Amino acid sequence: MRQKTTAVLSAAALVLGMAGTAQAGTLEDVQSQGVLRCVVSTGIAGFAQPDANGVWGGFDIDFCRATAAAVLGDASKIEAVTSTGKTRFTKLNAGEGDVLWRNTTITFSRDVSVKLRFHGVNYYDGQGFMVKKSLGVNSASELDGASVCIQTGTTTELNLADYFSSNNMKYEPVTIETNDEARQNYEAGRCDVYTTDASGLASTRSALPDPDAHMVLPEIISKEPLGPATRHGDDQWSDIVTWVLNATITAEELGVNSSNVNAMKGSNNPEIRRLLGVDGSQGQELGLSNDWAYQIISQVGNYGEIFERNIGVNTPLGIARGLNALWTDGGLIYSPPFR
Amino acid sequence: MIESAPSTSNPLLRLWRNKESRGVIIQIFTMVLVFALLAAIARNVVINLEAVGKQFSFGFLLWPAAYDIGFSPFLEYTNKSSHLRAAVVGLLNTLLVAFWGCILATMVGFVLGIMRLSSNWLVSKISYVYVEFMRNVPILIHILAIYSLVVTLLPPAKQAINVGADSFFLSNRGFYVPSPIFEDGAGFVGIVILISIALVFAFTHWAQRTQDQTGKIYPVLWISIGILIALPGIAFLAMGMPLSWDIPALKGFNFQGGMAIKPEFLALWLALSLYTACFIAEIVRAGILAVSHGQTEAAFALGLRPNRTLQLIIIPQALRVIIPPLCSQYLNLTKNSSLAIAIGYMDITATLGGISLMQTGKEMETMLIVMGVYLVISLLISAFMNWFNHRIKLTER
Repeated sequence: MRQKTTAVLSAAALVLGMAGTAQAGTLEDVQSQGVLRCVVSTGIAGFAQPDANGVWGGFDIDFCRATAAAVLGDASKIEAVTSTGKTRFTKLNAGEGDVLWRNTTITFSRDVSVKLRFHGVNYYDGQGFMVKKSLGVNSASELDGASVCIQTGTTTELNLADYFSSNNMKYEPVTIETNDEARQNYEAGRCDVYTTDASGLASTRSALPDPDAHMVLPEIISKEPLGPATRHGDDQWSDIVTWVLNATITAEELGVNSSNVNAMKGSNNPEIRRLLGVDGSQGQELGLSNDWAYQIISQVGNYGEIFERNIGVNTPLGIARGLNALWTDGGLIYSPPFR
Repeated sequence: MIESAPSTSNPLLRLWRNKESRGVIIQIFTMVLVFALLAAIARNVVINLEAVGKQFSFGFLLWPAAYDIGFSPFLEYTNKSSHLRAAVVGLLNTLLVAFWGCILATMVGFVLGIMRLSSNWLVSKISYVYVEFMRNVPILIHILAIYSLVVTLLPPAKQAINVGADSFFLSNRGFYVPSPIFEDGAGFVGIVILISIALVFAFTHWAQRTQDQTGKIYPVLWISIGILIALPGIAFLAMGMPLSWDIPALKGFNFQGGMAIKPEFLALWLALSLYTACFIAEIVRAGILAVSHGQTEAAFALGLRPNRTLQLIIIPQALRVIIPPLCSQYLNLTKNSSLAIAIGYMDITATLGGISLMQTGKEMETMLIVMGVYLVISLLISAFMNWFNHRIKLTER
């Protein structure tokens, strides 16, 4: 059992002292390794999935690449450390990965009890339900008595329990380890409903043989702000991850993208000049080279580019920006200023 | 006195050259090393937990678990129950699958082992091929394969196969059977059943003594079965049949009522049993082969019939060879049941060592408890098997 072994391995790592990297100095470690290890999922179409050649791609992977571009100057120097919902924090805390970019919901208990550091939201999500159209169900309130497939170790599991008990409905939880297994069980009819974040449902639906035979119910039963996480105890590294995310957002807001970034270096806008490292020394203060944000945008792109390339309306997932539009367009994506 | 080493003035060197004191020195040295290693491990744990700012405590066990468990046949459990209760539910599920697994594995294993010894070529080869196939494929693969067979081959709930009498249904949501409802007077029948069992014990004891004293043999088995059926049967009829059945029926998405054997349990149970059975088959074969043929011939010479020979001569001697390795197979089966999480069967590894670990972030604590639990279960099984082994061992007069 891979998941179990990794949990045990991570515990063993904690025991045998390989968790030394849990202390300060992640930046130096990453730079001396020459590769950034990102904890990612085992495969969710559009978010993190290896292609036919084994090269990882997707929304979360692009943010991992952006981090690598900022820290190492080369977006391709990443290593995907796959993890299930259950093993991700153990892997991060045991030092098997440097940063977690894995559609992970920010919650109080994860921040405080699991001892993670969160760095802002890169995707505003909410938990939804997917059913076969042939069931004739139009609302989640009609799901009394249903069998529900859930991924174990997720906030989904807890929201589901809350939703059904607060609505006085019963259900049979069918607990699954990975998204793929959940899809197989759902397809085979082991469960009537598959529940996860709406983005995950869109991803899973796109991977089904006949996506049109399935529908996502209108109810969104939770807030799922997804974002990157790092270990406690390394403030410099935390700052870097925070501002990598903010750089992609600010770049979109300022209209800087991968195709015009070179021209933008000559812009008169002082914030663009600071962002791209033309003026000021923001990069050096972070402990990076001054053109860190330039590297991100030229190699990976801004927030909007990352979104549209992996999960936007022109991809099989077809997710509209919605809550994830810039605040100037009525969404929630907002970055503190680069000042 | 053979002192191979020449005498020397250095007392330490003399100690080292003496065989006995050298042994003591090496043992002390090894112990110091082991304890130093353990201390280093403990120190590392403390330092590393401190580095990530985590406290080592078991208080989280009383926090509400907040997640649901789909399979809790013995214990009332809701998402408001504590992590401790979730752990107990998991433990009971572990014990459930281990218990039935050991029973089925033993039955299948004995049949396979005897088949393997059959003089019939086909029967023997069937057993051979089965054993070689099962034991050379990892158990996890068996579990996943059987589970996906169950889930994909069986129809969904709405097209469930009506196995019989509109009350037994087979679907990929589980095998639904009626569950008994006890009415007034059922308690009396229960008492009668207990009395019958006591009677059977008394009778068996008496029959044994009579046989020892007079040599007269009673058909103990048939009389016992008669007692067990007749007495409770009469009581049951006399109380006006105080038993009815809760029959499962398709309502909405799922079957309601009755009892269900869930596919997760079924797959895990079958995989563990069928896998372990092939090891037991080899143990049984070895055990029977270990009894020399002369024993059979001697029994025949005394005029014992073949089945009495098997019962009185071969099996008691074979069991002595079989029990100790059988015990380790039971331990294996129990420990392998922790693979349950692969298919979402909620055993203790999945509840406490899985979801609770994840939701509370207490890796060290949960893993220590899970390890302790498996250790205790294994030691209990070993203790039982040792007791049993002791009971059947050769009585030397």
